[in-house]
Amino acid sequence: MSGEKGLLVSKIRDGTVIDHISAGKALKVLRILGITGSEGFRVAIVMNADSRKLGRKDIIKLENKYLSKKEVDLIALVAPTATINIIRDYDVVEKYNVSLPEEITGLIKCPNPNCITRKPREVALSRFRLLRKDPVVLECCYCGARVLGEDVEKYLEA
Amino acid sequence: MGFAGRDVLSILDFSREDLEELFSVADYMEKAVKEKRKLKLLEGYIVALAFLEPSTRTMYSFQSATHRLGGYALVFSSREATSLAKGENYADTIRMLDSYSDLIVIRSRYEGAAKYVADIAENPVINGGDGKHEHPTQTMIDLYTMKRLFGDIDGLTIGVLGDLKYARTIASLLYGLTRYKPKKVYLISPSILRIREEVRDTITRLGLPIEEVSSLRDIIGELDVLYVTRIQKERYPDPMEYERVKHAFKITPEVLKDARPELKILHPLPKIDEIDLRVDNLPYAAYFYQARLGVPLRMALLALVLGVWR
Ligand SMILES: [Zn+2]
Repeated sequence: MSGEKGLLVSKIRDGTVIDHISAGKALKVLRILGITGSEGFRVAIVMNADSRKLGRKDIIKLENKYLSKKEVDLIALVAPTATINIIRDYDVVEKYNVSLPEEITGLIKCPNPNCITRKPREVALSRFRLLRKDPVVLECCYCGARVLGEDVEKYLEA
Repeated sequence: MGFAGRDVLSILDFSREDLEELFSVADYMEKAVKEKRKLKLLEGYIVALAFLEPSTRTMYSFQSATHRLGGYALVFSSREATSLAKGENYADTIRMLDSYSDLIVIRSRYEGAAKYVADIAENPVINGGDGKHEHPTQTMIDLYTMKRLFGDIDGLTIGVLGDLKYARTIASLLYGLTRYKPKKVYLISPSILRIREEVRDTITRLGLPIEEVSSLRDIIGELDVLYVTRIQKERYPDPMEYERVKHAFKITPEVLKDARPELKILHPLPKIDEIDLRVDNLPYAAYFYQARLGVPLRMALLALVLGVWR
């Protein structure tokens, strides 16, 4: 956890640190993870911290909360540079980068208002497949509508 | 891959070999119908026609195809579907129809409805048109018509004209053409009705040689096939502009003056005034022939998907 001196947030003993989030995207990341703050565990958010790699970055610390690889992969939609550190007793015991999943179910609302997944009173969960990685393009498995990576946040399900 | 038990959701699910197999069975069906032979391939089978959006032609075509094969068509049309408006959803309706039948044909105004229905139903599902997304059986008919008229689709120069953005047959037709090697496909439309970005991306990626043009006049002399769709009034808030566009894209004997003698005009029907009635009697008009191939083609598809074709 280099480059942390000068931050106002102390190290956590156990939990998950999401580092190298593109500056300004921390709240979006929390939204993707479905973390609202009412879960009970402590959440620290640092925004616009100095970063050697990115210039500025955001950092999220989740105390006593361990995120699975599958959960954090969705972060790649808004913060592809993010790295995940699993902390136990102040030590980083696991570290990995996020990578986009091939298929995303129920997280993104289809931008096509006439898509079957937007029809009221149906149980069709939205489903997108990863069509391209760079830049990110997702395709609705039902209607074929596309969502660009940069627009994903506009279509996150409420 | 074979047809038996398979869903027919997108034309892109089918290879050229699949389509060729389908067309050869359609040849058989057409001949049998012409010779008034009574076929019993679907005897004891029930085909559910879930037409949750009205489409008389497509529905009658599937109904006729089912009956011609000795099967029974269970029609659940938009009239019955008004019960849906009272609160029943697609999912419940489909579960019911799935248990009453051996195959479901679904027509809906929602894009992606066919795939959704296929997720729910255990029996095979055929997409009879889902919003502006796809209409694969119409494309099968379109390709079959070209094949019958010219012997082969490879090498043809094809013009696709009209509302390329919203017409439900267009995306499917262009996807279907990627299974062949036409010499060139001209996309002829007013600028606001060009094909959707995702369609352009897919067909370009699959190597279809397209060129977008805004006037038929310059290229009419190159075409073997001209596929016409209607430009809907709703697309133009300004009625004057609509009249201008409608006029500019109307197919008249005058426009066809420079056409090659071999040119054939196709149209998914119904047509209203996008083709001058005088064109109906010209040798170019192939849309009535195309419409006649609809039933034999759908007979072939039903027999293959239900696994009764040997
Ligand atoms: Zn969709």
